[in-house]
Amino acid sequence: MDPPSRFLHSVPTRFDSPDRLRFHHFSFPQLPLPRHDSSSAAASAVSPSSFSYSTAATSPTASPGRVSRGSFSRFSFASSLPGVGMDSMAAATSSSVPASGLTTVSVVNMPPPPGLSEKASGVGVQKSSKPLKEKTTKAERRALQDAQRAASKAEGGKAPLVSSGSVASANVKAAKPAKPSSQENDVAVAAAGPSEKDRKKDAPHPRMQYDDESRVVKAKRRAVVKQTEAKNRVELFRHLPQYEHGTQLPDLETKFSLLDPMYPAVYKVGLQYLSGDISGGNARCIAMLQAFQEVVKDYSTPPEKTLNRDLTAKISSYVSFLIECRPLSVSMGNAIRFVKNRIAQLPITLFESEAKAALQSDIQRFISEKIVAADKAIVRHAVTKIRYGDVLLTYGSPSAVEMVLLQAHELRKKFRVLVVDSLPKLEGQLLLRRLIKRGIDCTYTHINAISYITHEVTKVFLGASSVLSNGTVYSRVGTACVAMVASAFRVPVLVCCEAYKFHEREQLDSICSNELGDPNVISKVHGRGDINYLDGLTNNANLQFLNLMYDATPSDYISMIITDYGMVPPTSVPVIVREYQKEHLLV
Amino acid sequence: MMELEIELKKASDTLKAWDTTSISLTAGCDLFMRYVTRTSALEFEDFNSAKSRVLGRAEKFGEISNKARKIIAMLIQDFIFDGCTILVHGFSRVVFEILKTAAQNKKLFRVLCTEGSPDKTGVLLAKELAKLDVPVKLLIDSAVAYCMEEVDMVFVGADGVVESGGVINMMGTYQIAIAAHSMNKPVYVAAESYKFARLYPLDQKDLEPALRPIDFGVPVPPKVEVERSARDYTPPQFLTLLFTDLGVLTPSVVSDELIQLYS
Repeated sequence: MDPPSRFLHSVPTRFDSPDRLRFHHFSFPQLPLPRHDSSSAAASAVSPSSFSYSTAATSPTASPGRVSRGSFSRFSFASSLPGVGMDSMAAATSSSVPASGLTTVSVVNMPPPPGLSEKASGVGVQKSSKPLKEKTTKAERRALQDAQRAASKAEGGKAPLVSSGSVASANVKAAKPAKPSSQENDVAVAAAGPSEKDRKKDAPHPRMQYDDESRVVKAKRRAVVKQTEAKNRVELFRHLPQYEHGTQLPDLETKFSLLDPMYPAVYKVGLQYLSGDISGGNARCIAMLQAFQEVVKDYSTPPEKTLNRDLTAKISSYVSFLIECRPLSVSMGNAIRFVKNRIAQLPITLFESEAKAALQSDIQRFISEKIVAADKAIVRHAVTKIRYGDVLLTYGSPSAVEMVLLQAHELRKKFRVLVVDSLPKLEGQLLLRRLIKRGIDCTYTHINAISYITHEVTKVFLGASSVLSNGTVYSRVGTACVAMVASAFRVPVLVCCEAYKFHEREQLDSICSNELGDPNVISKVHGRGDINYLDGLTNNANLQFLNLMYDATPSDYISMIITDYGMVPPTSVPVIVREYQKEHLLV
Repeated sequence: MMELEIELKKASDTLKAWDTTSISLTAGCDLFMRYVTRTSALEFEDFNSAKSRVLGRAEKFGEISNKARKIIAMLIQDFIFDGCTILVHGFSRVVFEILKTAAQNKKLFRVLCTEGSPDKTGVLLAKELAKLDVPVKLLIDSAVAYCMEEVDMVFVGADGVVESGGVINMMGTYQIAIAAHSMNKPVYVAAESYKFARLYPLDQKDLEPALRPIDFGVPVPPKVEVERSARDYTPPQFLTLLFTDLGVLTPSVVSDELIQLYS
């Protein structure tokens, strides 16, 4: 799709490092689009097993690198997969593959993942459980549930992946040797009601405090992505999640075939976040919304459910998966709120197809109005501020600022750009490359030189992940530093940010809400293998690495915020948040 | 109805083109257009009723602008206490209205008037104030910092109020504001609401230049450049309060008002 491709520029350059190459070939097989056939739901339990990750599944101990390059299999490989008691079913139904179709069996037979999202298993199990369960009463179900809980406790938890393949689909209820969490039991057996409740509790609060032990344990049980917590953590940031990087991706890949209800588009987006292929507020938001559009397109309401609630629950489950891949950015959070709002406002009387079409067009409109058109408005306002002979400083690789600079260059304004960059991400190099290609005069430096070069700068253009209600700009780490130095030199600081990224919360420091990146990345310099002074010290108790992703710039250092509503001072952000919300209610 | 709006726009553009440097003219025209066309005239089937409604709003706009000065004068009276010393710069009709009202209310206060060169507008103001029996002292522009210690507050008018909350006013306002700020004296700006403009200057050069001839009294050698700008921009951090017909506002509220007006 044209507009968002602008935001996906990070993708090509990631291929330079050999480590990353494997992810280049990571693409989904061209599957026939899943059709939701509720009637065949129970029968066709094929879906994810026929997806590409068969190679991983066959050799669960295969090296991570092999996974994505595996051949993209289709139904023929199904037989080699574990947990394929539905093997026969697979052969039988060569019909189209429902994405969220039933793999009741696989759900049951899959022990280790500290719990699929219950919604996922809930949905899956429900479909099959319905026809089988009609006859039992609630009391009987309770009894069965208790028996299974006792059984699982006796078993002591884990059953190996492969061996559980022997459990046929018929034994869904009886053989549940490896149910690590009693929650899963509940869901598997209970009727629609309780699982709805569980589903609601399921999505971890997006800004969960990770220093609360019990909550963390609960979250881990629900988690789809297995994350191992990092060992050596900085005390001050214990409330933020920190996981061992590098273990998630291969783990997730092996599990893909078993994560049945996870829609492939969402899964793909999640993995792209995890690997860092998509980064930047706009890019992540657009990718997620497009995945949701596909989800809506292929959605069909299960019987005896309302579209509003069920679809909202589904979206929530996908969101919690995405959170596990990488914590949500504010732009994504606002977009999700919008989508849920729209779903909730759909009139009950609409036909499913109409509702779906309406939703899809709403999402499309959000992207085109709030992001694409907003960027155009920002560019229009911002270029008026660029004068002949200006020296503009920018930090990192903000998409909005890049558009402004390119447009100013189109308008034949004479100016030069100073790109400031910082390790470990070195995002500035991406921006630099694109600017130079267009023939703009650029200078490149790292952030440690900022007080040296600022004296010749006339204006500073910065991007933002979000602007908060007290005028604080929440942006890539290092932005605050640049803004403060510019302010000390009396250089105006202009922040370009779309209005949909504004948030009504307020933040006074960079600590209470932030994101921790991979700490190991700091101990090395990319491309300089000889700088290995910290090798072997990564697990030293006396040494802690801190890799923050964001920081908060107080409003005193910001001269002006350029949004699609025009140019405003930082004090006017609450007004814009208010206007923005009013718009949403009216729409 | 659309025709009428187009005609109005044309008329407004012609008016604005007459003096491109005048911010209050531009702002006034823009606001008038917004105010008048804000009524969704499309909801009226009948053209005549729509037209009369637009006319009614237009007249109201005119009334508001006229009354604005009186409203501002009334609002600021509480800030003038007996025995205070007020510094004013140049001749602003709004400020004059304020001082006139205060004199009429039998308040005891003293006015320090800057000369307002090269136009000598300050002298004019001093003459008018003397007629009202208000004690006046004239100073040259350079004596502002010298006299600032005996001043209690500074009153200025505005050519335009910009989105950041700053004001564009006669040349000299900025340095008075800096001096007042450094000595903790409040700076009060009196401006009607139609002067709110959608500009956001980052520095002095960001404005549309408004040049006027300066006569130094002695011939200036040809190679010497002369700074001829007629006005400057005072950033919001040097201003204390804005007195408008919308009420008494802090500089940051200007942007809020503009957003609501224009969205």
